[in-house]
Amino acid sequence: MKKRMFYQFSVLLVAVTIVLAGCGANDNKTASTNGETDKATNTANSGASTEGEIKVGILHSQSGTMAISEVSVIDAEMMAIDEINAAGGVLGKKIVPVLEDGASDWPTFAEKARKLISEDKVATVFGGWTSASRKAMKPVFEELNGLLWYPVQYEGLESSPNIFYTGATTNQQIVPSVSWLLENRGKKFYLLGSDYVFPRTANLVIKEQLKAEGGELVGEEYTPLGHTDYSTLISKIKQAKPDVVYNTLNGDSNVAFFKQLKDAGITAKDLTTLSVSVAEEEIRGIGVDVLEGHLAAWNYYQTTDTPANKTFVENYKKKFGDERVTADPIEAGYTAVYLWAAAVEKAGSVEVDKVKEAAKELEWDAPEGKVKIDGATQHIYKTVRIGEVQADGQFKELWNSGEAVKPDPYLKGYEWAASIQPTE
Amino acid sequence: MEVFLLQIFNGLSISSILLLVALGLAITFGLMKVINMAHGELIMIGAYSTYLTQNLFHDYLPKSMFDWYFVLAVPVSFVIAFLFGLILEMSLIRFLYGRPLDSLLATWGVGLVLQQLARSIFGAPNVAVTSPAWLNGGLKIMDGTLLPYKRIFIIALVIACLVAMYFYIYRSHEGRRMRAVMQNRDMASCLGVSTRRVDAMTFAIGSGIAGIAGCALTLLGPIGPSLGTYYIVDAFMVVVLGGVGKLVGTVLGATGIGMFNTLFEYWTNASLGKVLVFVCIVAFLQWKPMGLVAMRSRSLD
Repeated sequence: MKKRMFYQFSVLLVAVTIVLAGCGANDNKTASTNGETDKATNTANSGASTEGEIKVGILHSQSGTMAISEVSVIDAEMMAIDEINAAGGVLGKKIVPVLEDGASDWPTFAEKARKLISEDKVATVFGGWTSASRKAMKPVFEELNGLLWYPVQYEGLESSPNIFYTGATTNQQIVPSVSWLLENRGKKFYLLGSDYVFPRTANLVIKEQLKAEGGELVGEEYTPLGHTDYSTLISKIKQAKPDVVYNTLNGDSNVAFFKQLKDAGITAKDLTTLSVSVAEEEIRGIGVDVLEGHLAAWNYYQTTDTPANKTFVENYKKKFGDERVTADPIEAGYTAVYLWAAAVEKAGSVEVDKVKEAAKELEWDAPEGKVKIDGATQHIYKTVRIGEVQADGQFKELWNSGEAVKPDPYLKGYEWAASIQPTE
Repeated sequence: MEVFLLQIFNGLSISSILLLVALGLAITFGLMKVINMAHGELIMIGAYSTYLTQNLFHDYLPKSMFDWYFVLAVPVSFVIAFLFGLILEMSLIRFLYGRPLDSLLATWGVGLVLQQLARSIFGAPNVAVTSPAWLNGGLKIMDGTLLPYKRIFIIALVIACLVAMYFYIYRSHEGRRMRAVMQNRDMASCLGVSTRRVDAMTFAIGSGIAGIAGCALTLLGPIGPSLGTYYIVDAFMVVVLGGVGKLVGTVLGATGIGMFNTLFEYWTNASLGKVLVFVCIVAFLQWKPMGLVAMRSRSLD
């Protein structure tokens, strides 16, 4: 009898494990429990007086799956705040950051955003990484009329009056890179992505674009987040014989895919791949020997040659260590803080409506080059860059758009995109 | 034709990875009945041990020696995971025998602690392990069919582990004691076998094999704090499907899951393939709840 129970129990256990692992892969509920330790560093300033101080919220994942990426963005934002404070602050007041941990858990992001706005009464919040976390926070900021600066490239089709998007939208990353690939690397595309919102939406756009610009779709595959064996998929790619693999895989899957691609005897010389989620930080975890020669599309690389970037990289390394690298979202987070500070100076107030008004058409010399806020969509003008991974783990820029591209989150400027509907 | 051959090989390769991941669990869960949720983290420890070995070779030994770090990394991963397992058994698992629910929760907690520990020591981002040059490339059997040396190496490694385990369990004195304790603890104890020592050793060996799995996985996948979570479900699946308590069952379970997974993934796609495999397993366990190979024993329970 006992034995039978044991077996029943084991089957039940496997079921439970699958569910838990599912959570782990998607939003890592399990890791949210780890977040407690980080609280000690948070909210130390909640009791401080607001005389001569302006409080801002920083809301990223300090624990869980997304901590990998988001911790560096926190560093960049803190660095920008320190720099601004050292130069005299904004409106003569010091900026005081209030840190909260979103713990890679989307409801936590919404809850912490509400806390920052209603309890801490912060002037603005810098935060979020995944689209899911942004979508979770959006209604909160709209309801309480808060202000969020979101620093990561995303799938577009959104424009909230309470969010400023300092990362690229589709027409500043994906669309121009597809055009470039069609012109320079071939017409046959294979779309490979992780199975969730961003890759599926991005591929929707790419498929329409391929139809309009004479490309050919030879395959489209999605793998679960955290998928680790790509041997079968690579067989399929071999059979389809594409010119280009457009890679929207996210996180750890990139490591497995590129390692196994190399093992299958396929190098960057045989097959062009272009990734939109592999930046300098990720290269270190995948290994340069595996990635050398593969392409990525971003708006900024550590090697981007502007005077502002030289100082930015230098200060970042001085502050956080020589082995650290800067990357696109890190730069976008840094830029967000400066843009907000400039808007506050111009408005002469931290009130959300006045800051939004002042931010319209505001310009700033960011590390990636001159950026400008587009008043209508609250996205920023950005230069598109395609880079190739070099032996030192840095990117060499192969192409750039020459000038900052006007953001067009709903792709209104593209006829072929007429059928693409916003997904809510 | 060549794709067919390649897919057969891929299926074998996935089976070998699954088997390697599940072998340790076949001992701790299969033989000892400890629901060890920290098994994935022991794999992670093996992977990080490989990373450390690589760094030591890189920093302290001449460049020409670097390629041989991997040969040393396999035993190093085993030993480090073995020690972790030993400590875990002596400080925690020992008090939880016969209480599956408690050991489930406790080891789950240990797993989380180990993950966070890795995050604090090595940082949250993945680390890179450069695979040795002699494992790069592959065996070309015909045009368009390249069998990567790494996957062949893993298949060989798993066979070596199996043979070693077979001899240890069925042909050595320690193995005999181990089987005696697992089959009838009281009787073995009466006959003078130190069950405590046998328990500790058995658990530690299971953990050590998880370490070897971690070492092998650095060749193919990511090396990060959450590495273990990607494999733990598959590992339990293999052991439960194979039939708890039998090594042959584990081998059959791994081969079955690996082959069907490759087949389904090829016909459909990765997400659906996995679902289909799970559906098959659930259906099979409905029909044969004991798994592929059921253990017959005379113990009264």
